[in-house]
Amino acid sequence: MLYREAGQFKTTYDADQAIFPIAQDRWAVIAFAAIAFLVVPFFVNDYWTNAVLLPLLIYGLAALGLNILVGYCGQISLGTGGFMAVGAFASYKLMTSFPELNIAIVVLLSGGATALVGVMFGLPSLRIKGFYLAVATLAAQFFLVWLFNKVGWFYNYSATGQISVPERSIFGLVVTGPTAAPWVKYLFCLSFLALFGLIAKNVVRGRIGRNWMAIRDMDIAAELIGVRPLQTKLSAFAFSSFYVGMAGSLLFTIYLGAIEVTEVFGINVSFLVLFMVIIGGLGSILGSFLGATFLVLMPIFLKNFMVDGLGLLPVLAKHVEILLMGLLIMGFLIVEPHGLARMWQILKEKFRLWPFPY
Amino acid sequence: MRLKDLATGLAALAIAAPIAATAASAYELTIPSLVYRTGPYAPSGIPFANGYADYFTLLNERDGGINGAKINVVECETAYNTQQGVECYENTKNQGESGALVYQPLSTGISYQLIPKAEVDQIPIFTMGYGRTSAADGTIFPWIFNPPGTYWDLASGMVNYAAAIEGGHANLSGKTLALVYHNSAYGKEPIRTLEALAEKHGFKLELLPVDHPGQEQKATWLQIRRLRPDWVFMWGWGVMNQVAVKEAASIRFPMDRFIGNWWSGSEQDVLPTGGEANGYLSGTFHAPGPDFPLHQEILDKVYGAGKGAGEKERVGEVLYNRGLIAAVWTVEAIRKAMEIKGSNEIKASDVRDGFDQLKVDEARLAELGLPNFTYPVELSCASHSNPGTVLIQQWDAGAKKWNVIASGIQPDREVIDPLIAEDAAAYAKEANITPRECNN
Repeated sequence: MLYREAGQFKTTYDADQAIFPIAQDRWAVIAFAAIAFLVVPFFVNDYWTNAVLLPLLIYGLAALGLNILVGYCGQISLGTGGFMAVGAFASYKLMTSFPELNIAIVVLLSGGATALVGVMFGLPSLRIKGFYLAVATLAAQFFLVWLFNKVGWFYNYSATGQISVPERSIFGLVVTGPTAAPWVKYLFCLSFLALFGLIAKNVVRGRIGRNWMAIRDMDIAAELIGVRPLQTKLSAFAFSSFYVGMAGSLLFTIYLGAIEVTEVFGINVSFLVLFMVIIGGLGSILGSFLGATFLVLMPIFLKNFMVDGLGLLPVLAKHVEILLMGLLIMGFLIVEPHGLARMWQILKEKFRLWPFPY
Repeated sequence: MRLKDLATGLAALAIAAPIAATAASAYELTIPSLVYRTGPYAPSGIPFANGYADYFTLLNERDGGINGAKINVVECETAYNTQQGVECYENTKNQGESGALVYQPLSTGISYQLIPKAEVDQIPIFTMGYGRTSAADGTIFPWIFNPPGTYWDLASGMVNYAAAIEGGHANLSGKTLALVYHNSAYGKEPIRTLEALAEKHGFKLELLPVDHPGQEQKATWLQIRRLRPDWVFMWGWGVMNQVAVKEAASIRFPMDRFIGNWWSGSEQDVLPTGGEANGYLSGTFHAPGPDFPLHQEILDKVYGAGKGAGEKERVGEVLYNRGLIAAVWTVEAIRKAMEIKGSNEIKASDVRDGFDQLKVDEARLAELGLPNFTYPVELSCASHSNPGTVLIQQWDAGAKKWNVIASGIQPDREVIDPLIAEDAAAYAKEANITPRECNN
């Protein structure tokens, strides 16, 4: 009843090509964004920002980036952790070499640097596919982490190989470092996610996105109809790495502030982000966010529920949490192999027909 | 209907639990304990966490807390992971009426993470014998404490022990020393000192990193077989330690030339290797074993009442004792803080003042039931790490116990102090800190 597009006539091409053609969708998204931008900042504290919202936003951005590559272009990648490390270390080098550079520009440039590295490691994708490509990107993961751990130049020859973020401000507000206010950090990351989420949504609907999907669905057929694999695959790698690099940069500068490459950007991060994409839904922008939400929030929720709510011992809670996460992932994938985004779509279809399903 | 009842029950429980916890009327001291009882570092994390918890339980059982204020230890599982460590820190820092009084992260990665945050939140961090070495400079790191010694003290102490066995520092010249280290901030910590010492004494330093978590070391030990170093030092943690000892045994490297640091020398590290681990050495800063009056009291009053955090048989293991002494020093700092403030209603910033003036001498140790257990510690506003003296213990595989074989080894202050000053100054410059004034 509430969710029905009857009576919404599209009289212009613009209306027909809108991102959200159904008015209810549009309003829901606008309301959600308004709450995220205008209401949430007044309520966040250190815990909510540092433990919940920042990882959610940053992993959301990384999952979005990986989804472009895996979900839209069909090129599997296990190098996400390594590419995030490129973003983080690019930020560190930029911030320490050019102290007057604006932090927002640093994040964008770090994304750009990662895009270049991504294209380089994307080159094998022109020759190899599927599992073999996964192995090639796995090599990128290990090589990049090894590189940042081995070559002193990247961490300015600090004794321990740790990098820590210098303090930077934007509009007179401290964004990085320990003195930054939680709402500033939150809004900074949210702005990046919202802006680049919108860009991604538009890119995947346009010519470039359609090329990616053509390659994903059948590369030979795509080539026959005039899609050039070289440009298409490499642009997907570039786009994807740009997003992943920005996520890595934000992870270092805003969220953690001090990192150690082997620990924060290990292979487990690559898998985590890949799982976000698979559980959320391949080839869906919303799915990236849902997957990130599920994998970031669920463990924290389970932990707080079991330790503070039920009073379980932390160690027991941890074991149960690992168990439950595994069960939930399996459960979701059995119920809906196409991910959370597909579940949401089915739910919407049901709402459209409700209360008179046929 | 059933499900609904269960849900209501769970909800009621979830609401009731925090209320029940805050019902105590006396002032309560919240001490978060970031533990890791899961993951590849659990073998090292569990005994430490147990020792840390048991001492607080003993005080609660025996004395009703510290000067009448009950201690509430809040355990939070980090799995030795930085992001989970941050979550734990943020989750626990405002708990209880006192707020978190002091953190003991037991992880170099989490320590580095918390060092800048602690300054802003004004909560002291007690990185006992680990973490950032230059935090020993209290003028630049007012909130960080790393007694009784730093990794650089330890590295130098280990070199001095090797020199003593070789018959003087002069004999080190031309020798080869291999450092097998966890390829992380923790493992890299001693390199700077060892490089300086290698230059000073003319020995050759070979660096052999082992990647997290350290289960695969075949290549490393093959290299050692080829290099034939005279000494092997190890900076390992968790599973890495036992694998290294096994590999050393399998290439028949002489165990009495293989020294682990003070985080690489506990029962779990050598027991899996069996008899071949006999003679393995490690640094330490306290005595092993359960033969102290305090241990008897813990066995009596904590384990006797069924409130022990671990297994009774494991009381007195090296890392258990490490957790115990960490708790003892923490409590002494809290007592000092109460003495300074003249009340037991202290906050984190008072505990910092307590640490600044922490003084635990041999007489006090004996009073606490730990005679001749460790060295006297005396901190000051400027010196946050002291005394830096190193003990060397050796594993006796027959008796299945560690024995202290060398004590009172002093580190080479001439080399370390300038390095600490240099590193602390670099941090101060990076983080825009003006060193605070210290009177003493």
